[in-house]
Amino acid sequence: MANPHDYATAAPEIFLALAAMALLMLGVFRGNRSTRSLCWLAVASFAIALLLVFQAPAERSVSFAGMYVADSFTAFVKAMVLIASGAGLIMSMGYIRDEGMARFEYPVLFMLATLGMMMMVSANDLIALYMGIELQSLALYVIAAFQRDSLRSTEAGLKYFVLGALSSGMLLYGCSLIYGFTGATGFDAIAVALKGQEHAGIGLIVGIVFLCAGLAFKVSAVPFHMWTPDVYEGAPTPVTAFFAVAPKIAALALFMRALIVPFLAISADWQQIIIVISIASMLLGAFAAIWQDNIKRLMAYSSIGHVGYALIGLAAGSTEGVRGVLVYLAIYLAMNVGTFACILCMRRKTGMVEGVSDLAGLSKSNPMMALALAIFMFSMAGIPPLGGFFGKFYVFIAAMNAELYALAVIGVLASVVGAFYYLRIIKVMYFDEPGEPFEGPMSVEMRAIIGLCSIVVVFFAFYTAPFVASAEVAAAALVP
Amino acid sequence: MDDLLKEYLPILMFFAVAVGLSIVIVVASMVVVPSHPDAEKLSAYECGFEAFDDARGRFDVRFYLVAILFIVFDLEVAFLFPWAVSLGKIGMLGFWSMMVFLGILTIGFIYEWKKGALEWE
Repeated sequence: MANPHDYATAAPEIFLALAAMALLMLGVFRGNRSTRSLCWLAVASFAIALLLVFQAPAERSVSFAGMYVADSFTAFVKAMVLIASGAGLIMSMGYIRDEGMARFEYPVLFMLATLGMMMMVSANDLIALYMGIELQSLALYVIAAFQRDSLRSTEAGLKYFVLGALSSGMLLYGCSLIYGFTGATGFDAIAVALKGQEHAGIGLIVGIVFLCAGLAFKVSAVPFHMWTPDVYEGAPTPVTAFFAVAPKIAALALFMRALIVPFLAISADWQQIIIVISIASMLLGAFAAIWQDNIKRLMAYSSIGHVGYALIGLAAGSTEGVRGVLVYLAIYLAMNVGTFACILCMRRKTGMVEGVSDLAGLSKSNPMMALALAIFMFSMAGIPPLGGFFGKFYVFIAAMNAELYALAVIGVLASVVGAFYYLRIIKVMYFDEPGEPFEGPMSVEMRAIIGLCSIVVVFFAFYTAPFVASAEVAAAALVP
Repeated sequence: MDDLLKEYLPILMFFAVAVGLSIVIVVASMVVVPSHPDAEKLSAYECGFEAFDDARGRFDVRFYLVAILFIVFDLEVAFLFPWAVSLGKIGMLGFWSMMVFLGILTIGFIYEWKKGALEWE
């Protein structure tokens, strides 16, 4: 059953699992003073895993009795997840030292969460899907509550845990119904069972609805978004930065695979679910963020909106749609990592500040940071020629070609409303009376991350063609 | 049908013996035992806690830790039994799968030991 080929396909995951356990042992014997070196070792492990991901052959290979799949789609998404995790960990180092939460479990939990995400991306079976989600979620619950002396952080962790457990329950219920009505748990086997059917039976539809509800929870799409603002606000800021990017990318990739591969034959049935949650997420993301003054809360609503746009591509259900989602996620990764790196630099003598009004006059006290943040905000609002425009462009194109005109029009309108609060941040930075400046200077890592992300966002227009082509190859691996 | 039911005869006998034995034990202990009841002895016993108390009471987090550790190793044994019984049929793959599982558990065990989770003081 299992042969060397199986292990070769899962090489990045196996390596990451072994590395996580080795670092745990290293940490427990050397104590918390080794946290910083453990963080760098974890980043190095992510880099090695990234190399292993790229080294794998591009053609589709299924292993572990059909449970696990590796193809160019998984390679594309895993690369994004690993980069996001690595960046999240690098951004964390200064913060966990300053806030007195530099315990050696931190990088290990990051690695285990990332391992779970990679498992999610490669899952080709309902059981493997659940295993990946749980491994990822359990590590994330702990990281959210990592600042254990802070009331807000523990509250965030507990809330995330309770609601996450609820969503896992719904997901499992959906999985069991799908298994009951199709007689299979493997995605390929379900696709075979549904071959030639126009519409699913009512039982299977209920199963798919529950599966979608559970997954919508994980990507924080409306109406399962309620935990997001509270958890994002309460969790330590670098953890929020991590939450906003890596798990979302992995969960959206899983969402795409779990709907498109097994249920392509009955896509008309689930398409309407995705359209509704996509519209609701875009509208809520656009309107609810207007009144937020806490920038972490604002980013939470912004990420809900972005998930709505990404789901447009899934609703299209075509190669083009999946390509759009992948491009969108890649740009989302760069914008969000950059923005959170800026938020992490908002430190005064009294500690971290999180208000939008605290950014007042940043253009005078720290012009470079203000410029970078302005670039990210313009990009999130979708203003050409920045990266964010292209992300939206490719999902809207997919929606138009799939004849989802209403969805595309509502998306464009929501992005106009959303532009308001992004532009408000720029207005506060450039035109408001300066307040007390932030503590400088920014660390080298932060400068590097902010610089790299701004370069990616600003110059995306120049390498759009090759990038979109590789996303196209990845998408073609998912949609037959 | 008769054959099917006959297969369950040992269970019926076992059930009869169990019922009979427990009746004997309960009755015998009521008849034979010396009885000096007091308030403490008659109150319900619940793991050292007051049985009827505010559910929000505080207790040492180490109770929780011990319970969690117990569950982990209890489950490990629950997996080991069927594995040991079917070891002849599942071959080397089955053997090494369990070894990997035990290895991961051992790493967790070393971690908790070094963290001092097993010390009560």
